[in-house]
Amino acid sequence: MKYKAIIGLEVHVELKTNSKMFCSCSADYFGQEPNTHTCPVCLGLPGALPVPNKKAIEWCVKIGMALNCDTPLFSKFDRKNYFYPDLAKGYQISQYDKPFCINGHMTLSNGKKIGIRRVHMEEDTGKLIHETVDGIKVTLIDFNRSGVPLVEIVTEPDFETAEEVKEYLQKLQQIVRYLGVSNADMEKGNMRLEPNISLRKEGQDGLPNYKVEVKNINSFSFVGKAIDYEIKRHEEILESGKTPTQETRGFVEKNSSTVSQRIKEEASDYRYFPEPDIPPIRWADREISKLKSQIPELPDEKLKRFIKDYAVTEYDASILTKAIEMADYFEEAVKIGKSNNLNAKQIANFIINRKQDINNILPAKLIENILEATKTEKVSETELEKIANEVLSKNPQAILDYKNGKENAIMFLIGQVMRQIGKKIDAEQIKAVLTAKLK
Amino acid sequence: MKINVPHIAKLANFPLSTEELKKFEIQLEETVKHVESLSTVKTNGIEPTSQVTGLENVTREDVAKPSLTQEEALSNTKSKHNGMFMVKGIFENEA
Amino acid sequence: MKLNQLTLKQAKEGLRKKEFSSLELTNACLEEIKRLEPKLNSFVTVTEETAIEDAKKADKAIADGVDLPLLGIPLSVKDNFSTKDVRTTASSKVLNEYIPPFDSTVVERLKNAGMVLLGKTNMDAWAHGSSTETSDFGPSKNPWDTKRLTGGSSGGSAGSVAADQTIAAIGSETAGSIRQPASWCGVVGLKPTYGRVSRYGVIAMGSSLDSPGPITKTVEDSAVILEVLAGKDELDATTSPKPVTDYSKQLKRDIKTLRIGISNEYFITGIDKEVEEKVKEAIKKLEEAGAKIENIKLFDPKYAIDVYTIIQRSEVSSNLARYDGIRYGNTREYFGEEAKRRIMFGTYALSSGYYDQYYNKAQQVRTVIIDDFKKAFEKVDVIIAPTSPSLALPVGSTKDTSMFGEIADVLVEPSSIAGLSGINIPVGLSKSGLPIGMQIIAPQFGEEVVLSTAFEFESITKGEDWRRLKPQL
Repeated sequence: MKYKAIIGLEVHVELKTNSKMFCSCSADYFGQEPNTHTCPVCLGLPGALPVPNKKAIEWCVKIGMALNCDTPLFSKFDRKNYFYPDLAKGYQISQYDKPFCINGHMTLSNGKKIGIRRVHMEEDTGKLIHETVDGIKVTLIDFNRSGVPLVEIVTEPDFETAEEVKEYLQKLQQIVRYLGVSNADMEKGNMRLEPNISLRKEGQDGLPNYKVEVKNINSFSFVGKAIDYEIKRHEEILESGKTPTQETRGFVEKNSSTVSQRIKEEASDYRYFPEPDIPPIRWADREISKLKSQIPELPDEKLKRFIKDYAVTEYDASILTKAIEMADYFEEAVKIGKSNNLNAKQIANFIINRKQDINNILPAKLIENILEATKTEKVSETELEKIANEVLSKNPQAILDYKNGKENAIMFLIGQVMRQIGKKIDAEQIKAVLTAKLK
Repeated sequence: MKINVPHIAKLANFPLSTEELKKFEIQLEETVKHVESLSTVKTNGIEPTSQVTGLENVTREDVAKPSLTQEEALSNTKSKHNGMFMVKGIFENEA
Repeated sequence: MKLNQLTLKQAKEGLRKKEFSSLELTNACLEEIKRLEPKLNSFVTVTEETAIEDAKKADKAIADGVDLPLLGIPLSVKDNFSTKDVRTTASSKVLNEYIPPFDSTVVERLKNAGMVLLGKTNMDAWAHGSSTETSDFGPSKNPWDTKRLTGGSSGGSAGSVAADQTIAAIGSETAGSIRQPASWCGVVGLKPTYGRVSRYGVIAMGSSLDSPGPITKTVEDSAVILEVLAGKDELDATTSPKPVTDYSKQLKRDIKTLRIGISNEYFITGIDKEVEEKVKEAIKKLEEAGAKIENIKLFDPKYAIDVYTIIQRSEVSSNLARYDGIRYGNTREYFGEEAKRRIMFGTYALSSGYYDQYYNKAQQVRTVIIDDFKKAFEKVDVIIAPTSPSLALPVGSTKDTSMFGEIADVLVEPSSIAGLSGINIPVGLSKSGLPIGMQIIAPQFGEEVVLSTAFEFESITKGEDWRRLKPQL
């Protein structure tokens, strides 16, 4: 029996705002001493109240816009109620039925459109650390991360393979970095990934009657492995005539497998209701247009433009547009290069082939370097004649090859002349002298 | 209608004794019965009000301000270790 | 007259004229607290040491010519307001040892205005109730008859004012928790418009309803304290940016332009006859003074019980989820029965499959109630009604009832659900010597007309005998 995988994805992106989502604690918590970035609000002390961070909301909307979403004019926050030691208030402030953005899509390189169901704003939880203290297994909690703004991006179940998922994730990472709203650093947990997977018999319609979610994966390759593992696991179960259990599973790094995590599953009645502490958000059309106007040119458009405007290859363009900093740098260098008779292609080659450190070399300096590298020195006609004769006398085989039609031989001879002169001179000039002598 | 009291107790994170469960079942039924009167109020097409202020778009600027010290943050807990709150190992507990 | 018996206005006046010091005033209160606490149980925590320090500081400031609205005035504050470095329990054993590292905005504003904090007053645990019988520290007793209850949830605050243990007090109301105990204890209790006074740092009960406010000996005192408390707070997104009036300067108004609405629906079956009589008499007095009385029809308040029960308990179930004993406080086993009951029902009402039937339905009926008031206030400026259908009930009355608080507060719930402003003022005593109160309700941000109407009644009844009577303790 052949099966088709149906995969959807939830991605949590941590924003790089200065302050947290609902309080003024610094959101720059990574690597800090535990519980030094907390206040009554994010510690959930009695009586503390949330006030939403304007920038975080705007950034959430921008992510949605970059993913071609609609932005409804009315939106609100809701409480998602559940108990877990890392959740200070016993509820997470999230968005339920009125998210900031809905109905978007992203187009993959194979032309497939992945639907974006919603993009909404919520807050992060504290961090749990499992340890043994005095011989007893304990869980330690650090609330520095509690309340850091998170944007959740939920796709439709439109993926069929792990490769599609990985491409989507790479593009998503690139987009949020372009927007400058998140470092999207996987190592630091800035992006957390939750694929949901089910299998359907080839030729059947509709969604299967089960779905398996794999929680909190923090690398693109692990997502791929988790999906591949799940597809295989479901296939085996389906082949044996059973249906996989609808459940939440965790990814196990050491053997690239997943294990059931039924614990959280039981109590998933979140009792959402409108957050009474936060008045709703209503956008004016002009605010939406203003945010839209602040969306920079995104990677796909930029790539196309680079190929067209700068006559670089698609490969080069993809390297140049991978990060917005690189793309901006390149364009700046092109501008400066223009007045120095350097074309975009030369600059692109230099940046890519010589792996230039764009953080430490200013574009103007880069242009200087390119000019330096391509500069030639003058040499007298007599000296050149003399050296050409010497080289020719030492390389009879090359002369023979040349005369037998091996054009490459002339390049070898030019190289020999250059080496003997020990200076950088115009190759065309040497070539002219040598061909004259070989006639 | 029967209320699944053990399920509600679980959602509410209350470990209740059988005796308590019984008592709450009776009291919950009482309250449910009382609030049933609302069903006689016609509300077709009426918008729910979850906030009475009429306020909208109340936000704060993204400015970070000083937090509590670690000592202050931990000052009310009964169980801490290395600057962190400490609870019994979670997975052992629930597995 | 002893210093602790002074009204806020009189105390301010005396301090200003240096007739006595804040220390003397504070000590008079502290002594009365010591003397009466065994009988009354108004306080959970008395902050004697810091009160004396603060009083001394206030005296120094007064000597230096500092002028602040509450400088050197001793106040008692309900124990659900977070007070930095002072234990704050909400009368629950869950928070038995909890010491907040921050002040609620209300307390911060009171401190900035110069108050001397006497202590934290007893209440129904988590403000769940109208009796203080759900307090884990025992009920507060009514100063007029210590076999009776103060009402609640701000029972300790109301009792402490009635017994002159303090100059004035701060309470909070979700639906009735200021007005009802003020009524049972014979004092003034102002419930401001929702959003007029910050909730930041007030241990949350029903987040869409909670309104902090003053409990005082006179209407003018309430106006003075409201001026200190009211106004936008950057830490509470639901506070209104509307400017704050000088309430104490706007107390006098032309009574002849005042339209008072009376609704039969608020003189419900089962109401205490003396309550009904006294409130109707009071209305008559206002009419004789020149106010226009209009009979209006209001939406039956009985539905408000159910709307309030559902909304409040749903919010309670979520608000009390943070008490898991990890970061502070004790574990959830420490919750008393009333809190558990409310959390359980709220959890049920929000749970999957019931949301529309309960929570959403209640919020729709809330809209109906809001619109009903809006219509009424097109015709009248204020609505007057009894605050509580009964006199103070005997200790033990709430035992084995699953909705005592919500049913007792039937007459104040509609205005709370709509977020309106209201006040309780005493209108006389029953034959048995228990206080009777009436409430004046006005639209949102109608504090000015609430206070001026109350002030008018206070003025025209100034010479009445019952006003000179004090609890005998």
